Amino acid sequence: MDLLSFARGPALQWALVIFVLGSLWRLAGILLLRRKPDYTEPRSRATWRGALKLIVTRTWSRREFRASTAFGQSLGYVFHIGLVVVVFGFVPHILFIHSLTGLQWPGLPSSIVYVSGALTVAALVAALVRRLSNPVLRLLSNFDDYFSWLVTVTPVITGLLAVAHLGARYETLLAVHILSVCLLLAWLPFGKLMHVFLVFISRGTTGALFARKGAST
Amino acid sequence: MSEAALPPLETQGPRFGIKKPEQRQDIQGDLSDAARVDTAMREFVRDFGAVAATYMESCVHCGMCAEACPFYVETGDPKYTPIWKIEPFKQAYKREVSPFAFFMRAFNLKRKVTLEELEQWQELIYDSCTMCGRCTLICPMGIDIASLVGLARHGMHKAGLVPHELWAAAERAEREGSPLGATPKVFKERVEWMGDESDVAMHMDLEQADVLVTMSSIEIQKYPQALAAVAKVLNHMGLSWTFRSDGYEATNFGLLSGNADWQKDMSLKLINAAIACKAKVLLLPECGHAYSAMRWAGANVYGKPLPFKVRHISEFLGEHVADGSIRVKKDLDTTVTFHDPCQVARRGGVFDAPRVVLAALGAEVRELQDNRGMSWCCGGGGGVISIHRADAIRYKAFQIKMRQVDATGAAMLVTSCSNCRLSFDDSQAHFHWDKTAHSLLEAVADHLDEAPPKPAAAVPSPGSVTP
Repeated sequence: MDLLSFARGPALQWALVIFVLGSLWRLAGILLLRRKPDYTEPRSRATWRGALKLIVTRTWSRREFRASTAFGQSLGYVFHIGLVVVVFGFVPHILFIHSLTGLQWPGLPSSIVYVSGALTVAALVAALVRRLSNPVLRLLSNFDDYFSWLVTVTPVITGLLAVAHLGARYETLLAVHILSVCLLLAWLPFGKLMHVFLVFISRGTTGALFARKGAST
Repeated sequence: MSEAALPPLETQGPRFGIKKPEQRQDIQGDLSDAARVDTAMREFVRDFGAVAATYMESCVHCGMCAEACPFYVETGDPKYTPIWKIEPFKQAYKREVSPFAFFMRAFNLKRKVTLEELEQWQELIYDSCTMCGRCTLICPMGIDIASLVGLARHGMHKAGLVPHELWAAAERAEREGSPLGATPKVFKERVEWMGDESDVAMHMDLEQADVLVTMSSIEIQKYPQALAAVAKVLNHMGLSWTFRSDGYEATNFGLLSGNADWQKDMSLKLINAAIACKAKVLLLPECGHAYSAMRWAGANVYGKPLPFKVRHISEFLGEHVADGSIRVKKDLDTTVTFHDPCQVARRGGVFDAPRVVLAALGAEVRELQDNRGMSWCCGGGGGVISIHRADAIRYKAFQIKMRQVDATGAAMLVTSCSNCRLSFDDSQAHFHWDKTAHSLLEAVADHLDEAPPKPAAAVPSPGSVTP
């Protein structure tokens, strides 16, 4: 079995198994914990609306916080949107997802995807420099932060190298790219990248609880 | 007073005549080091449910919460980043109860927290966090960090790792019924005194009343005019109300210090007193955390819905000024700025009521730059005002509020929390500031319109109350 076959075959299958089971295990481990009944008189019963509202509105900072959070938030926007464009807009990725799930949608022009990929890498590098240089971020950061950064940026870089045919044979570059995606999938349930799911649960939880009190969100 | 004109920060001076203690970590009880750590962690996770676990799992270490915290903003010290304040407890959660705790322990990926770390974190969990919850509003994941600090305090209290003044105040409240010596006997004497002094009818220990009026120890001992003020307003409304010597103290130092058992005892006193006099409304005083403790936790402590409404005095005033059952003279002819107490406004949902009252009094309200839900904490909430060693950092945090109050140019500063008032008074003395925080309740009591009501005004009949 050559490297590409291994990457496309067992590596990807195991990565997907770890991704699915790990994510389900972690979500179940959180969500199946007990929830105490709340007997207090609610100010509002529109808790679902509160949850949905916060899920949407916390995507941007409140006006009062914008000046102090603009740089970090902007970097976040660039690499999150960039990742979405690259992962879900690139035609070969869509074909790959189609082969797995049967789902399909129109792709974006390759040039837009390449530029997005480059911007994503640039924003992720800037985010890393910021994490290393900002005293607050440096204090908070642990292995998870740096490893999650690595497994996020690597597929983007290897993907760009593969489409540019830079550094090795295309088949080798493609295999390395797929293996880097496998690593990302396998790591996701265990670290901070799980926020792709938790962001909705966490925001929704606070949105619902605070709506009940009429508190600020 | 402009920022440039502020005197240099004084951190070594005496406060209330008490010599400032050296920086220290306090310990209560005689547990061994290992038992202390185990107890802290066990008690921390004891109340852990899906909500706290969701928050613990969700942090992406973006550091944005620092920008919302007055202690970080004014010091620039990264250790005051809100989520860092619970770092040992995050570690403990991941190691002991998270979905992957088995791996964490098996491979020692999260090592055990040490007593030294918990002692170091005492300053972060108590001295430099008022649980004001401003950080909750900035967190991109929506994590309510203040609630996690509350859980961390549970662990710290059971382990005997509480700043001593706060622990002593809580213990005294549990033993005597008040953290500041306002025992039932003292309370009765002060009610009688203020009744005589202000020539206002007081009601004590009535067997039946529609409104049970509770007070804060700070009011009873430092701002006793509040006793007369609330009586004047309720008498003006013609309501059936009473103080009860078996349930009057609304502050809850069990909550602040982190002792859930004491919190329950303190809440049950008020609940049982309200039930005993068949109250329809339990009226909470100008106190922020009392509102959190009773309005948003009281029924859960009781284990079922309360058979009465719980209202903060500011929302009660706002509602009844608006419906005409409290008639005030519109002659507070001055500019006013209002400090929103964190637990009443941001975390409690009461925003408009005080503004309705101030407008009815004829005041021109000049809002602080950050107001309502975004208001900065006075720095003294969450029990911080009681911790002497925290004075220096509390004064630093207070400077944001001082700058914003000055920037309004308002002649008068009003709030609806006696703990905030205490914090303002102490900082006012420290900075030789020219602003004093006034009570919303007392402003209403001082401007009651005792002229006979116009026929159209809706006045509740004696003995009835619209909660």
